[in-house]
Amino acid sequence: MKLRRRLALLCLAAALAGCAEEAPRQKPRGQGGAPAYGDALVTGSIGEPSTLIPLLASDSASFDIAGLVYNGLVRYDKNLNLEGDLAKSWEVSPDGLDITFHLRRGVKWHDGHEFTSRDVLYTYRVTVDPKTPTAYSEDFKQVQSAQAVDAYTFRVRYAKPFAPALASWGMFMLPAHLLEGKEVTKSPLARHPVGTGPYVFKEWIPGQKLTLAANPDYYEGAPYLARYVYRIIPDASTMYMELKAGGVDMMGLSPVQYQRQTNTPEFLARFNKYRYPASAYTYLGYNLQLPLFQDRRVRQAITCAINKEEIVQGVLLGMGKVAHGPYKPGTWAYKEVVPDPGYDPARAAALLKEAGFVMGKDGILAKDGKPLSFTIMTNQGNDQRAKCVQIIQRRLKKVGIDVKVRVMEWSSFLTNFIDKGKFDAVLLGWTISQDPDQYDIWHSSKTEPKELNFIHFKNPEMDRLLVEGRGTFDVEKRRACYYKIQDILAVEQPYTFLYVPDALPAVSSRFRGIEPAPAGIMHNLIKWYVPKQEQTRD
Amino acid sequence: MANYLLKRVLMLFPLLIGITLITFTVIHLAPGEPVEMQTAMSPKVSAASRARLREFYGLDKPLHVQYGLWLSHLARFDFGRSFAPDNRQVTDKIVERIPITISLNVIALILEFGLAIPIGILAAVHRDTLLDRGISVFVFLGFAVPTFWLALLCMYFFGVKLSWLPISGIHSLGSERLPALARYWDVAKHLLLPVAIATFGSLAGLSRYMRSTMLEVLSQDYITTARAKGVRERAVIYKHALKNALLPVITLLGFSLPGLIGGSVIFETIFAIPGMGQLFYQGVMSRDYPLVMGILVIGAGLTLLGNLLADFCYAFADPRIRHGRG
Repeated sequence: MKLRRRLALLCLAAALAGCAEEAPRQKPRGQGGAPAYGDALVTGSIGEPSTLIPLLASDSASFDIAGLVYNGLVRYDKNLNLEGDLAKSWEVSPDGLDITFHLRRGVKWHDGHEFTSRDVLYTYRVTVDPKTPTAYSEDFKQVQSAQAVDAYTFRVRYAKPFAPALASWGMFMLPAHLLEGKEVTKSPLARHPVGTGPYVFKEWIPGQKLTLAANPDYYEGAPYLARYVYRIIPDASTMYMELKAGGVDMMGLSPVQYQRQTNTPEFLARFNKYRYPASAYTYLGYNLQLPLFQDRRVRQAITCAINKEEIVQGVLLGMGKVAHGPYKPGTWAYKEVVPDPGYDPARAAALLKEAGFVMGKDGILAKDGKPLSFTIMTNQGNDQRAKCVQIIQRRLKKVGIDVKVRVMEWSSFLTNFIDKGKFDAVLLGWTISQDPDQYDIWHSSKTEPKELNFIHFKNPEMDRLLVEGRGTFDVEKRRACYYKIQDILAVEQPYTFLYVPDALPAVSSRFRGIEPAPAGIMHNLIKWYVPKQEQTRD
Repeated sequence: MANYLLKRVLMLFPLLIGITLITFTVIHLAPGEPVEMQTAMSPKVSAASRARLREFYGLDKPLHVQYGLWLSHLARFDFGRSFAPDNRQVTDKIVERIPITISLNVIALILEFGLAIPIGILAAVHRDTLLDRGISVFVFLGFAVPTFWLALLCMYFFGVKLSWLPISGIHSLGSERLPALARYWDVAKHLLLPVAIATFGSLAGLSRYMRSTMLEVLSQDYITTARAKGVRERAVIYKHALKNALLPVITLLGFSLPGLIGGSVIFETIFAIPGMGQLFYQGVMSRDYPLVMGILVIGAGLTLLGNLLADFCYAFADPRIRHGRG
């Protein structure tokens, strides 16, 4: 499940993203030691990057690497506020139509060329070029004109104010001097990228590893860690053993590993564990084209019948938070208190009775002789979702709803069921984007096949708020819109929002300078260091 | 003879085309397509950019046109470019993964035959003794234990607990800076576990086969004759019986040749070995048609070639076949 993030640059951060209030449970061990240059961070990845031209990539592994090699004009800081990256500053015109970026001077590409507005203009043009097979042109379609005013000033004009626009310029900048006039799909940069970022690409051994080296000329200063090695280890249990054997320095743990397998003194001495909410949530979505689910009371009743806390305990061993809406706890758009029904089986029974269902002899509710029965579908290969469905099935059985479960291979699931609207309910997840605009998921115009409002949620008030929320740059006004949106979702229950899981990374304790923040732990990678006497990798 | 050869070679072409036609149809029958896998459930993708991607890959053309195009490229030995976002030549992707798969398979095959044959002979000669039963238990244990489970146990024991062997991959970090000999030793250490476990798992079939053919030969009259005229038991077994018992085993060896380029997905995934099995699996899961077709064509080609070689050998040994009367 991937909800494309607003900002490609955040893919890396989002993988380990977190929240301020949830500081790590364990106090970091292995304190002290002066910052020193050297050593290498070895991480593992299940998947191999597909291409290192981020414009053409759609997998998280590609963005893990691209995030260290490239920069955008803007980025999210550790508290998830936008800040300048390659742009030192920017101005939005009072009417909200023009954005002017003032670029940082003296930033060098890894091959020594200077970064200028020509690169920005090229990156924009290649993104919207109809011949470029990219998935990211949508945000830039709203651009009316783009112009390199001088070498260090870049201006874009929009047809109407578009709040997610600013964040969209976090897109990674590509080197014009190496790409202009060439076919971007056949460029050697896909295997050997040249960027402006803190790490310089060194080598890629297919199927085995990628190696990056610290960029001594990085505009924010050279990173302490001399190398970053990205090993491809397709099996999660193998990766865990590599972690214990010292073959990798960092990996995201599963709840079982975090809770049950890593609390030995030996492990805790060698690793620091971190814990904070991930940028994702899991939900149960209803097909609102079916008469059964068009009745709001049925949806509310199902939410009342499900004990979300029990799911968090059972599936995540407590390593997560109950969700009430589509935003991450602790972010500015998140509303703490919403009129969510909560766990209340008695109310579930009352709501269903009100909706006209009567208990049958077999313990299943029925209306006009038709039993209250539906199928929950989910995708294969996700153990947490499979467990979740079983818990829900049992809870709903208790209030008299018969649930069948069907687990499908991902691509058949999408093509044969989601796209054709042939499902009752689905258990899936979304990645939470940094910008709170969720027009694509909830707006009534987004219900065509392959669009994301596949449950066909249609609510005029919601539509209005979604348009209003993306049409202004004023954070307070936007917050008001998104608060109301969360209230509507809590009452309407088009989804039963289930949980936001925790990200649970473990990092070798020889690494210092790690600073957990709402954006996770990777946001200050260039400040991580290993004291001289503890350096182990040359 | 020449006539027979020509006929057999000419037969290969319609066969190969038939195979590609069927595989092409089957892979396109699977729901979803490459564009789907890259863009599904992504809010940033409009219908227009999806259409653009489909056009880029030529998926907007009717199926028979796509097949025709692919076939005409193939005739020029061009497997096309992968539908993955990297858009690389399929040949490059295959070539970088074939060496490790072939070396692993060849080593495992040599070990398998080298161990299974003596084991089979031993079991046959000491039929129904404790040794025979012990061997049976041992090889069937290898056959029955799920290899991925055994692999994980061994990795934990030798890699994490004892730290004797590396856990996964085929090189240690920084091994490129070692002298040549140390580098080979490094690779050997990495391959030890995968090869040993693969071999252990495959001993049963071949050794049982060897045992039964050996028993069959040993019960024949000429063996009794040999023993009756006083030939030493060693000579009876290794000179008279073994030669005949080995013949069917050599046929088996012929059959396993096409398998050399295939890798086991589970095995490669657990040991993080970048081989053909993983490549093919990823190709299928992401509906990377040119890659899947490329691997299948090479596999089919090798299988046909293997069969052809086997037929030639038969023809050479058996006049009835080459004269078309068998």
